[in-house]
Amino acid sequence: MKLEKIVDLLNLKPLSDYNKDLNVLGAYTSDLLSDVIANAKEDRLWITLHGHQNVVAVALLKDLAGVIITGEHYATNDMLKKAKEMEVAVFKTELDSFDISGKLYQLLNNDEE
Amino acid sequence: MRLDFTIISDDFFAAGAASARIKKSLQQVGIPTSLVRRISVAVYEAEMNIVIHAYSGKISLELAREKVRIVVEDEGPGIEDIQLAMQEGYSTASEEARRQGFGAGMGLPNINRAADKFEIESTVDVGTKLVMEFNL
Ligand SMILES: Nc1ncnc2c1ncn2[C@@H]1O[C@H](COP(=O)(O)OP(=O)(O)OP(=O)(O)O)[C@@H](O)[C@H]1O
Ligand SMILES: [Mg+2]
Repeated sequence: MKLEKIVDLLNLKPLSDYNKDLNVLGAYTSDLLSDVIANAKEDRLWITLHGHQNVVAVALLKDLAGVIITGEHYATNDMLKKAKEMEVAVFKTELDSFDISGKLYQLLNNDEE
Repeated sequence: MRLDFTIISDDFFAAGAASARIKKSLQQVGIPTSLVRRISVAVYEAEMNIVIHAYSGKISLELAREKVRIVVEDEGPGIEDIQLAMQEGYSTASEEARRQGFGAGMGLPNINRAADKFEIESTVDVGTKLVMEFNL
């Protein structure tokens, strides 16, 4: 599903520029960086409560589709600066990680049918 | 091609810069994407281990005809039991590092998985040296 459609349907707030036409293949939910490095795959969204610059570095390395920061967690200015510099897409949702994962799962799975 | 970087401990802002630069350079010389990803992931884990566990360090990369060889050398506390450190889940990461999402104890196993050849040498109170090789 196109990133633009996901952003729209899940009401994600973009905190940096993103490629609207990117075809998102799935997502991975985790708050451990090395776990994401081991298990997340390219063109997937990363759902996490972390809002700091290390997240940008990992998303860039793994060619992820973008990062969704959940719940009562917010991006630091340093993160946003780095996201801009590295051209990594960052989004914010007020939903917690479970809820946004569930919604995204449904969205992507229904899309396949 | 040869690339060299210096890494300083606790510099979380610059952290990830070496792996990002290496990624870009390897892409530019036409190394396949999946291999570039494996190499940059391994360099990132090594880089962050210096930031989190050691004092300072150096990363050097050499691109030869048939392989990429990366040497990561730090000054730091060293690793007492390398076998234990290599176990998934083992971590002595500080509270501060854990708050930032480090400390899964998966960094060294990730390097081991990514590299075609991986060696660690370490001396307590002196430092640690990693050598990784990737076949082209
Ligand atoms: N360069 C180093 N100097 C000293 N100790 C190290 C170094 N690299 C690793 N270690 C030791 O080995 C352990 C395991 O390292 P590893 O990278 O696998 O996990 P971690 O850094 O603790 O967590 P993660 O990498 O998952 O964020 C560390 O917790 C630390 O005790
Ligand atoms: Mg580590």
